[in-house]
Amino acid sequence: MSILYIMLPAALLLALAGLAAFAWAAKKGQFDDLDTPPIRSILDDDD
Amino acid sequence: MNTPSPSDFNTDSSADLSADPGPSGACLHCGLPIPAARRNVNPADTFCCAGCQTVYETLSACGLDNYYRLRDAVNAKPTRGAATQQRYAAFDADAFTTIHVRVLDRTDRTDGTGSATHTTDFRLEGVHCAACVWLVERLPRVVNGVIEARLSLRETTVRVTWNPATVALSKIAESLDRLGYPPHPAQGADRTHLRQKSERAQLLRIGVAGLCAGNSMITALALYAGEGLGSTTVDASMDSGIQFMLRLISAGLGLLSLAWPGSVFFRGALASLRTRTPTLDLPIALALGVGGAAGLAHVILGRGEIYFDSLTVLVFLLLVGRFIQSRQQRFADDAVGLMAALTPAACRVQRADQWIETPIEALTPGDRVQVRPGELFPADGNVDQGHSTMDRALLTGESVAVPVAPGDGVFAGAQNLASPLEITVTAAANDTRIAELVRLVDQGIREKPPLVLFADRVAGWFVVVVTLAAAATFATWFFRTGLEPAIENAVALLIVACPCALGLATPLALAVAIARAGQRNILIKNGAAVEVLAKSGHLLLDKTGTLTHGRAQLAAWHGPDHLKPLVAAAEAHSTHPIARALVNALSKGQAENQNDTNLLTHTQISNIQERGDGGLTATHANQTLHIGSPNYLRRHGVHINDTWQATLTQHLDAGQTVVAIALSKQENQANSELQAIAALGDTLRQDIASAVAQLQTLGWQTQILSGDAQPVVDAVAQQTGISQARGDATPEDKLQAVQKLTAASQKHTRPRPVIMVGDGVNDAAALAAADIGIAVHGGAQAALAAADLYIARPGLQPLVELITLCKASVHAARRSLIISLVYNAIALALAATGHITPLVAAILMPLSSAIVLASALAPGRQRPRPQTPTPQSP
Repeated sequence: MSILYIMLPAALLLALAGLAAFAWAAKKGQFDDLDTPPIRSILDDDD
Repeated sequence: MNTPSPSDFNTDSSADLSADPGPSGACLHCGLPIPAARRNVNPADTFCCAGCQTVYETLSACGLDNYYRLRDAVNAKPTRGAATQQRYAAFDADAFTTIHVRVLDRTDRTDGTGSATHTTDFRLEGVHCAACVWLVERLPRVVNGVIEARLSLRETTVRVTWNPATVALSKIAESLDRLGYPPHPAQGADRTHLRQKSERAQLLRIGVAGLCAGNSMITALALYAGEGLGSTTVDASMDSGIQFMLRLISAGLGLLSLAWPGSVFFRGALASLRTRTPTLDLPIALALGVGGAAGLAHVILGRGEIYFDSLTVLVFLLLVGRFIQSRQQRFADDAVGLMAALTPAACRVQRADQWIETPIEALTPGDRVQVRPGELFPADGNVDQGHSTMDRALLTGESVAVPVAPGDGVFAGAQNLASPLEITVTAAANDTRIAELVRLVDQGIREKPPLVLFADRVAGWFVVVVTLAAAATFATWFFRTGLEPAIENAVALLIVACPCALGLATPLALAVAIARAGQRNILIKNGAAVEVLAKSGHLLLDKTGTLTHGRAQLAAWHGPDHLKPLVAAAEAHSTHPIARALVNALSKGQAENQNDTNLLTHTQISNIQERGDGGLTATHANQTLHIGSPNYLRRHGVHINDTWQATLTQHLDAGQTVVAIALSKQENQANSELQAIAALGDTLRQDIASAVAQLQTLGWQTQILSGDAQPVVDAVAQQTGISQARGDATPEDKLQAVQKLTAASQKHTRPRPVIMVGDGVNDAAALAAADIGIAVHGGAQAALAAADLYIARPGLQPLVELITLCKASVHAARRSLIISLVYNAIALALAATGHITPLVAAILMPLSSAIVLASALAPGRQRPRPQTPTPQSP
């Protein structure tokens, strides 16, 4: 079971990486406008 | 420009747009009925106004008419997104550019000319649906030189990037206007930026809290499982080293959660202590602090319970609840740039014998400014040249437009109605009357009593009860068993008594109420308003524009019907508001009776002479038609007998404008008789009286507070069944009246809230000062900014709906509170008697939150009533 001593911190590090990605996205304003982009992706038909 | 559209949108039956004249005379662009006056000129007309026609033609010319199919496909209600045909020359001025335009350094995005691109934000009018996104973002196709246009539906702003070497900003603005979205320079960029920053920080906190909560729960699960199994089978018992590591990880996550996202509660609690106003942050911070300290101590000591799983979930849930509420309140900070919203961005000023467009910031007293009909006055001043009428209803609440002549004073923000004027500026910018009003609004907002939420009021004694219970538990256990179990049980009590459900219930109930109101076209800016509206108190109503339409309309017609079309035809070309009202009212019936006949030729009206002294004269089949004020007719030799005179007096006393009509043989003009009277006044909106009655049964004390003349106000009060009515009130008077009522009601043990309903700038200060200010349909920007909520539908019926809705929501919130208090009481009892284990706490906490959630989301589950379209009368 001593593998857990490595696995658990590794899992936590992965989670931290996910958090870092989220923090980057939030800081970049990816979540500022949640209404327009879904519409835009449907309507972008002619570019 | 090939525009293949998504196949879904092509199957629509209304695909052939050009041949479709619009169902039953509805405008092709906006869907509103086409006014008879326009159809009289051209029976085949398919537009309601020149603005709509411009938009339609622009779209066709650019191959963008897919817009209409899209709009139908997304089922958006067409709106009055008409072109204003304004010119935007001022947008090219240096003064404008330095404030609003940013230069992008990204030269790689230009079309090879090498010059830097520019970017700016515009707030657009008329943005409302998915089709708007499609259309606005096609701007690069419409204007050569625009590189990109990105619309945000939420902010209704568009960010335009363009190449200044190819196109001027004014041209871009003009094109947006022609597409039906009049642009305004985006105001308050700083505030938007700040709000964005705080929203992002909030999101990040939720992310961190979520990570901590999720991982703590996993860790806790492993710990509980180890404990549970360990007691039964010796083999499966958890390795003490791994157990210690798990507890350490849990502590690490818990402390991270408390120190970063959880710090908002500690800061809130500190602020609440400093200002001595209890808020819910206080008991929350208490539980978090005690739980965190106890948990950490236990981890270090290597025994006892750790509470980090419950604490991290608590932090996460509370933050999510607050975030949902703050996202709903998106209009709360939009109150910016009042002055800019009330005055035009640019005006024509005389410089060295030439009229040039300048931003109004450049105006100084002594400048000569030209103001065209339909435009707003840019500054206070005196008329030099020209005769016109001025609509200052937004400033004073007067329902009737006032005539202005050389020497008369005009005010910034009022509208010039009839003909071009030249004025000399006497006060500009911050010295104008309107700036003074804006300062009053600021003052009103500053001195407004803060709304205290029920949950925060509860929080005060909640803290006291919980601390007392904790002290009692500690004392009992200390004397019975000793120090250690006493600490254990007191800490357990403090943690389970944390008002998680309480903290979640209120924001959720408010968020639900705000969303439900939104479906009914009511925008709630301040969530606390929901609680206040659920009570009853004083309701102060503005008259002009709130109870009434705010415009002159035909109130009565005395005389033979065959004169109606003659009057309509003779007045058809006048721009005077009274004339417009007459044409609208009198030609309506006409168009229905005689389909699409050209009124002018049909009625044989010719030789129309507008005299400028209160009336006009026209010729009709060898007869002379006089239309005008009674005095005008008398001057032209028309005799008015006593019966007519009585009718006249009756209408004049009711505050109405009377137009008299006489038709006389041309040979004996001298002794012609008055033949008809049209009385025009500001008429009541539909259903006002019944709405007022409903409000009164709901317990509200209604009162009219108007800037219009007392007799007029009295007449309206009588028709609506309101006993108290005050007229001739200046904006300052209104503010004072509100403040007096508020002060009086604060003295009572159960304060009755003071609600002000209004639409004009003259109401803005009172709106800001009242407990709740409600701006109504068609109101001025200032009113919107000062108010706590905005009803985007005409009349008072929505207010009745809103109050009912608020009552239901508050009822649900109270139910949630009771549930959570009962839960807390049970948990307290269990903890005091030493029956709470961390496992029980871990199950009880989310359970109570789930119940509260379900209870908060329950009210008004029924679908919103289908909206009957309520087109504004033109």
